[in-house]
Amino acid sequence: MDFPVQLFINALIAGILLGGFYAAVTVGISISFGILDIVNIAHPAFIILGSYIAYILNQRFGIDPILVSILVLPLFYYLGSVVYQVYYVSFEKRGQEALRGLAFFFGLLFVTEVILILVFGVDYRYVQAGYIDTTLRFSFLDLPMRMVVPFAISMALVIGLQLFLTKTFTGRAIMAVAQDQLALSLMAADPIKIKRIAFSISIATAAIAGALLIVIQPVEPSVGREYIGRVFAICVLGGMGSLPGTVIAALLLGIVESITSTFYGPSWAPAVAFGFLLITLAVRPSGILGR
Amino acid sequence: MTAPLLKVDNVSKRFGGFVALDGINLEVAPGERLGLIGPNGSGKSTLVNCMSGTLHNETGSVHFDGHAMNGLAPHQRTHLGLARSFQLPRPFHSLSVAENIRVPLLYTVRLRRDVPHTREELEHRCHEVLGLVGLEHKAKKQPKDLTQVEMRKLELARAMAAEPKLLIADEAMAGLSESEVKDIVSLLITLNERGITIILIEHIMTAVMSFSQRLVVLVSGKKISDGDPQDVIRDPEVERAYLGQ
Amino acid sequence: MRTWQFFLVSLAIALVGFAAARLLKNDYLFFAGYVVLQFIVLATAWNILGGYCGYVNFGSAAFFAIGAYTTVVMTKLPAFANRHLPEGLAEIIGSITPPPIPILILLGGVVAGLVGLGTGYLTLRLRGVFFAIATLALAVVLQTLIVNWDFVGGSRGAYVIRPATVPVLGINYIEYLFLVMLVLVVVALTVARAIERSRLGYGFATIRDDELAAEASGVPTLKLKLVATTLSGAFMGMAGAPFPYYIGFLEPSSAFGLSYAVNAIAMPMIGGTTSWVGPLLGAVLLGTLQQLATVTISSAVSLLIVGLLLVFFVIIAPNGLLGLWHDYFGRKDEKPTQATDKAAVKTS
Repeated sequence: MDFPVQLFINALIAGILLGGFYAAVTVGISISFGILDIVNIAHPAFIILGSYIAYILNQRFGIDPILVSILVLPLFYYLGSVVYQVYYVSFEKRGQEALRGLAFFFGLLFVTEVILILVFGVDYRYVQAGYIDTTLRFSFLDLPMRMVVPFAISMALVIGLQLFLTKTFTGRAIMAVAQDQLALSLMAADPIKIKRIAFSISIATAAIAGALLIVIQPVEPSVGREYIGRVFAICVLGGMGSLPGTVIAALLLGIVESITSTFYGPSWAPAVAFGFLLITLAVRPSGILGR
Repeated sequence: MTAPLLKVDNVSKRFGGFVALDGINLEVAPGERLGLIGPNGSGKSTLVNCMSGTLHNETGSVHFDGHAMNGLAPHQRTHLGLARSFQLPRPFHSLSVAENIRVPLLYTVRLRRDVPHTREELEHRCHEVLGLVGLEHKAKKQPKDLTQVEMRKLELARAMAAEPKLLIADEAMAGLSESEVKDIVSLLITLNERGITIILIEHIMTAVMSFSQRLVVLVSGKKISDGDPQDVIRDPEVERAYLGQ
Repeated sequence: MRTWQFFLVSLAIALVGFAAARLLKNDYLFFAGYVVLQFIVLATAWNILGGYCGYVNFGSAAFFAIGAYTTVVMTKLPAFANRHLPEGLAEIIGSITPPPIPILILLGGVVAGLVGLGTGYLTLRLRGVFFAIATLALAVVLQTLIVNWDFVGGSRGAYVIRPATVPVLGINYIEYLFLVMLVLVVVALTVARAIERSRLGYGFATIRDDELAAEASGVPTLKLKLVATTLSGAFMGMAGAPFPYYIGFLEPSSAFGLSYAVNAIAMPMIGGTTSWVGPLLGAVLLGTLQQLATVTISSAVSLLIVGLLLVFFVIIAPNGLLGLWHDYFGRKDEKPTQATDKAAVKTS
């Protein structure tokens, strides 16, 4: 049988573009879970929230969804601060993160989804923007703009964050707080404040990821849950707090999902990510670039 | 020459790039009272963790009572008779003080065929252990109702309750008053007279010197001295690295 | 009270309640009551791993669905055998499948228990957090597998026909299902209570409090965690086994429904996780509340209420309603996870 090379290459390209987007979705978890050790399984809920906000403003005012996300960044940042404050006072301080913190975030995830169902219903929503329906074609290569633009933004986001974490004082303090809180506080930096900043940043990334999501695909409230497995699979595979690791793992997952979807059908796609996760946890929990 | 009860053979442990233990060799004879000292961060607790199985050493091996320890889980080592107390007390918060002691009795002592363990005997043993550390009057209290000092005693009592052949006491006396330190030292000596080999890890030099038959010094993951306590403390390298501080 | 005494007393109370309920001659009572009973079992099962051991399971729906789909497989076997197997063999299979509901419950429990064991074996050597995430993953993987498995109807779902006769005289089918679930509830509560008062319960509590110290005290933590995971998964599967007969038409979205995942967690956490009473309390209160809200407002709103209550309780009252009761009325002398002197040494 002729190996469908063109189909394969297109699936590969699509996978890379998808993987780039997955990196933007995961980078928030890389910070909150990988670096801060906060199991924020509600992260996809914030992403979906971002998608719906982009949808509303795009529908009413015609603003480009990605622009919307940048506009609402401060709102999401503030939301992250509030959530962290509640989390810290209720759980981290009392040392109860294991069971109750998890239940808290699960509750948030659940409540967000149900509220979205009540407000928007279960119909798929999508946005309109000039580039969404455009596809660049190079001989047999298809490059849909609705994937290329998010890919570019995602890469910019991740690179920007990596620079922030490695080159600025606050960024390096965030990396440090993961390793030694006491030492950090002795250096006259308040660890709680640093962690709050980091968590707020991670929620802010959800705003952008949400806008990118609704550019790539139509969104409905339960879509968030599909992403839980993907996000944690990538985070673990990528070696927890490592951003470069996150990108590599995200690309890998994107490619495998795309090829599986193309050759075996899209209904298997959710299982791919979660299968990845289970295998990674069983075999190499420290990830590819593991700490 | 009797075989050593515990034999640590070229044990090394790293955390990422940091070498916590570098080729440690150590032997402990049955019935011995060994003191282990060294500055903070020298690897004492890491060594304890490798001996007890909480951490896995990358190289080398640990042999206890003729058994190879590599690959054994901590609970298996406890069953074989190697017990340790934790430097920072780790009580079971939702259980009472007496119940904390009952756990090693139920899960370690009850498995032994050479030690009597009917219901009454285990209860008796529980009260005996509590009495030895002076916590009998707090048997029904929760760990959160204990003072810092009492928590340290509970920590030690829980390790004792497992009826070990070798007991590793990891900084059990931090924060105790002089008379309390003397009490714990004489308690440990009593246990030793009953046949329990003891490794004492401490910073309080009076306790270490009055207790130890042999002294080992750890600095930066390496053993720099091992021998008679009086000789060891006069060793210039030990003075420089630890005592002179 | 000894375990067998508790079992008999609870069974007696349950049967008396059942007989009394029949006097009201209202089938809806049994219809709605079945759902609440199901939740009691799910909540109790979740609590064995979550409340006693401290390991959170987000994939309760998966284990529930395993029980349900084991039943579906059993109901499809006669037709399958007729079409694909030689006549003699097909006849044998046709006569033994689908087996009566009590057998189905056991089967569902065994399969779900094995899956629980497998998941645990893969992930319990890691931190509790990874186990929780793995259970989430499990639910999705399983749902994807079922959706793609035509034998059980795939995404289209499967019709399940109720048997023509009821094994117990004088009651109709829905009352029979209710009765079966009632007995399962009594069994689950008895087991949960027995664990609490045993050496096993102590071991579980130490795992929850401080796993490192538990290991150092000689508790075989991995083995005990596997026991908890298997038991918990098994009971969830048992709760799911009669479900296809109850609902008549089973599709993946209802078997893997969101409400199972959140209720299995919310009910014990709101009721109180330290004893067998908590999940019972939480399930009865929340289950009834949801039935009322679904009928008067909508099912989405009733789920919202559960979610909000979960978040609220987790923040404000972490020990649940039982904890509030203890705080208000003073600490009782005997804590639920405390083994009595007799029980601690006797059982193993």
